[in-house]
Amino acid sequence: MSFINYLSREINCKLVYYGPGLCGKTTNLQFIYNKTAPEAKGKMISLATEQERTLFFDFLPISLGEIRGFRTRFHLYTVPGQVFYDASRKLILKGVDGVIFVADSQIERMEANIESMENLRTNLAEQGYSLDKIPFVIQYNKRDLPSAAPIEELRQALNANNVPEYEAVAAKGDGVFDTLKAITKLVLTELKKGSGQQ
Amino acid sequence: MNPQMVMYEEEFNQIQAVVERLVKEANAKVVFIVDKNGQLIAAAGDTENLDTTSLASLTAGNIAATGGMARLLRENEFATQYHEGEKANIHIQLVGNRVILVVIFDARSSLGLVRLRVRRASDELNAIFEALLTKVQSPDRNDVLTEITDADIDNLFND
Repeated sequence: MSFINYLSREINCKLVYYGPGLCGKTTNLQFIYNKTAPEAKGKMISLATEQERTLFFDFLPISLGEIRGFRTRFHLYTVPGQVFYDASRKLILKGVDGVIFVADSQIERMEANIESMENLRTNLAEQGYSLDKIPFVIQYNKRDLPSAAPIEELRQALNANNVPEYEAVAAKGDGVFDTLKAITKLVLTELKKGSGQQ
Repeated sequence: MNPQMVMYEEEFNQIQAVVERLVKEANAKVVFIVDKNGQLIAAAGDTENLDTTSLASLTAGNIAATGGMARLLRENEFATQYHEGEKANIHIQLVGNRVILVVIFDARSSLGLVRLRVRRASDELNAIFEALLTKVQSPDRNDVLTEITDADIDNLFND
């Protein structure tokens, strides 16, 4: 649920990075944080365990520039990927404007990807959203690993709706900003469309 | 799904007035209002050295987690939370199940005073947000969004 502030002339949107445990959601945010100019970002917050696994969420506010005199600000969140944190994942999806699914390309994580995708669909539905309608992109991460599955196989398993998809090596930053740009574009386009319909 | 949150000057001024008065009447250091998704709506008091964006997001996460616990206990919500520190204390109040009113205070105030003042402010804020919601749902809203073109969106990324 975006927040339009006519007084401070700001459009605020919420993006959520979803995906199985250790797929690279936090790594995406860390790269964005490191490469964003100080004046365009806030503090990155990670609520993580001592082993640096996300416990509740990571949060990074960034600003992307102006549209028609309105500053566009995006709040980036990650969910905890581990299966047993499902209650927390549901909470973070509240009020989401766009979702990035980060898939782990390694062949041995295929099932975890599929399970997480189904979990995303279910949890979105609980909040009254449909994965088929909400702005949504997929990132195939860890493309540099030797056990990475072919893109075609990942696509078949995860991208039945043919949403925008990007290959990435988040640890090096490859594909990270392409993915972010794609989802912000979809979210802004949806906002524009949504307001026109009402 | 909740309707989109929109803020206009008129309602913002009303909200800001309530928040500023609450700082004085409760002897608070900082008062701020956040929506349930973590967007900061208004703030007053000594906010200069405070990361209000981060606080807003964490407050919303906190309320969401507490709401999750409430549902497991078949409670509707836990509308009030209080955290006591060595120097600073924080009082968090859910207003009309829509926005979150946060008061940060120190030894110059007391929990009793804060609770008393928060109660009155909550009623006032509830009425303002009620009116704002009606306005947001009226047909001629969001003119700025309809004017956005695809080229505007593309231009954001021309770097």
